[in-house]
Amino acid sequence: MLDSGPVIHEFDAVIVGAGGAGLYAALELARDGVPTAVISKLYPTRSHTGAAQGGICAALGNQEEDHWEWHMFDTVKGGDYLVDQDAAEILAREAIETVIELEHLGLPFNRTPDGRIDQRRFGGHTRNFGEAPVRRACYAADRTGHMILQTLYQQCIKHGVRFFDEYHVVDLLVEDGLSRGVVAYRLADGALHVFRSKAVLLATGGFGRMFRITSNAHTLTGDGLALAYRRGVPLEDMEFYQFHPTGLAGLGVLLSEAARGEGGILLNGKGERFMERYAPTLLDLAPRDVVSRAIYQEIRAGRGVDGKDYVWLDVHHLGRAVIDEKLPDITDFARIYQGVEPYTQPVGIQPTAHYAMGGVPTDVTARVVIDERNTPLPGLYAAGECACVSVHGANRLGTNSLLDILVFGRRAGRDMARFARSTELPELPAGDPAERVRGELDALRSRQEGEPPARIRKELADVMMDDVSVFRTEETLRRAQGVVRELKERYHRVRVQDGGVRFNQDLLEVREVGYLLDIAEVTVAAALARQESRGAHYREDYPARDDTNWLKHSLASRSDGGPLLRYKPVTITRFTPKPRTY
Amino acid sequence: MQVTLRIQRFDPEHDSAPRWQEYRVDADPMARVLDLLHLVKWEQDASLTFRRSCGHGICGSDAMLINGRNRLACKIRVDQLGRRISVAPLPGLPVVKDLVVDMDGFFAKYRSVRPYLINDQPPPVRERRQLPQERAVFDDTTKCILCGACTSSCPSFWARSEYVGPAAIVNAHRFIFDSRDEGAAERLAILSDRDGVWRCRTIFNCVDACPRGINITRAILEVSAAIVERTT
Repeated sequence: MLDSGPVIHEFDAVIVGAGGAGLYAALELARDGVPTAVISKLYPTRSHTGAAQGGICAALGNQEEDHWEWHMFDTVKGGDYLVDQDAAEILAREAIETVIELEHLGLPFNRTPDGRIDQRRFGGHTRNFGEAPVRRACYAADRTGHMILQTLYQQCIKHGVRFFDEYHVVDLLVEDGLSRGVVAYRLADGALHVFRSKAVLLATGGFGRMFRITSNAHTLTGDGLALAYRRGVPLEDMEFYQFHPTGLAGLGVLLSEAARGEGGILLNGKGERFMERYAPTLLDLAPRDVVSRAIYQEIRAGRGVDGKDYVWLDVHHLGRAVIDEKLPDITDFARIYQGVEPYTQPVGIQPTAHYAMGGVPTDVTARVVIDERNTPLPGLYAAGECACVSVHGANRLGTNSLLDILVFGRRAGRDMARFARSTELPELPAGDPAERVRGELDALRSRQEGEPPARIRKELADVMMDDVSVFRTEETLRRAQGVVRELKERYHRVRVQDGGVRFNQDLLEVREVGYLLDIAEVTVAAALARQESRGAHYREDYPARDDTNWLKHSLASRSDGGPLLRYKPVTITRFTPKPRTY
Repeated sequence: MQVTLRIQRFDPEHDSAPRWQEYRVDADPMARVLDLLHLVKWEQDASLTFRRSCGHGICGSDAMLINGRNRLACKIRVDQLGRRISVAPLPGLPVVKDLVVDMDGFFAKYRSVRPYLINDQPPPVRERRQLPQERAVFDDTTKCILCGACTSSCPSFWARSEYVGPAAIVNAHRFIFDSRDEGAAERLAILSDRDGVWRCRTIFNCVDACPRGINITRAILEVSAAIVERTT
């Protein structure tokens, strides 16, 4: 099929990715009557939004006094003051109406005895600017993300959104400073499809598969970021990558912070509640960067379990009723994957690669911006984990990712509808718009000799885990830089073993490894340049935060010599940077 | 430990019928079948094709027939299965390639039961109230991940592919019994059709197959009872 011309589709709006951000944008567009296509490399209900567990924060005040200003402050402080505060204000204010709208759309939240949305504690979310944990997280057992994904997909069906399932977007059509659509590869038969569109939203999620131990799906390979980067869009704040403290030891499967929100505690190998030493006020509910570093330090000091590289998460004292009602899925994970019974036994956990704070830079209407002056690229949008607004700064608070995808997915949909009404369908690039990607795919498929992609991916995941994770130094980053360069070189000789056209996953896995390599190169370059420690970016050779020189966002652009770094200022409105203690 | 993995293969571009292929892999007893499939794909035979995404039982991509039962490959361990493990695609659905089946018909049935909240009243400013005991009535059926393990294990579905199937009924149940929903009548009308709930013979294969532990047969019986209640 690769030698025939592409199939051409025309839509006012095209959304790449069918997680929470993409589906909320699609719903907004469909409700507004805008012809919309959602392109996903999976069936939409397989998207990784469905794996989010613990909750979504909004200052509803259903359980105790709460205010969006407190939520905004926690978000800014949690992000170690690298957060753009205009965006954080929108996040915290619109959280309330967004959660209420989700309820109206049918989301089955857990309820208070009088029928309102129940709320529980979560890491870094406090009352009165840091005094003590507050009940802010709205939830549906420990499958909140599952219910969000289901609810939005259901509503998209109701409103007639067109879905293109199992199509991989493989190129963005950007010409003369205007987004014109995308090229997608249909997995079923290998055909290339061109989607001509006024507005394109990137909502492709994260790239945790860059690391060996990760909570992320196998399919989270940074496709949207890499495609944008290759088309000249810079990537923002890529040195900030979050390790979630409680991944199942050895496997990385996430055990929600809700376990600690409900009262679970962390213990080292000696049975000590070590968070007392690192965060005396919030203890186990300190933000994730703080807790992950504490766990690494305990392990380094030989206080891991049996001297190994993990510690304990203990929930047994919560009792069976609370565990079964509020934490059923994650306690099942412990039973299935570790063979332990959380009713009576602690669970072995270690930090797991979880969330990218950085991504494709956008403004607060989700429009992609391409330089230090925030110049928009007309027609191109990004939302969710693949985007950087930036509401998470240097470290994201728990639950704020679900909030981010919803608040900014919805905003993206609204602005795309406005934009679509204001403009004509753009002309496609002259000739065959799929020519470039067809050439890339043909080159891959025709290569008879070469290395399989799995080995390159494994070596990448190993070096990123060992040298670019919770603790970094110039030495580890230089080493990683060398390895990534070598792997990129080897990638030019990678070989696709499956020669077929129908459902050729092998071909697409090779593409995915290429995306990961590009993004890893940027991550390492940005981490090497930033000579300070802030949020999730911890440099042992520069252990202090340095607001004088580094209170700024990085922007990495592609060049022949590797990523080029520039910087742009942080937007500060209400909260001036202060030392960050918990 | 050494495990022999028998995998049903089918390449639509070369094979006229499915065939079995054996692989030997060295596996940790705590490894999941998904890990074994990855070992084969990444180290022995990159053409082996199967769907997977989250890798921990929440996305529903990797439902397949494992040692004769429908399960998620990421949720069943080697030590639960032994040294000989057979893997085949979900039964009763058209095979696309190797372990990949065509799910379009499955999702069309899901869509046919109007699986979304129907309530045309203007919403209140704040949340609609729902008591914990009202929510508990449909909690079980909210767990469904649409993996297809139940429907493709159902003899009534094998006998008649037009049967809407347990997964679609589970998702109808999730709304029919939601106190905020007003679409029960139209869904019950759809499900009282000749290819609706009455094709269930309470064989319980679906309950055994469900990786989420949903009591599917009970949900189907509750829907059936609601139909009877409305028509009598």
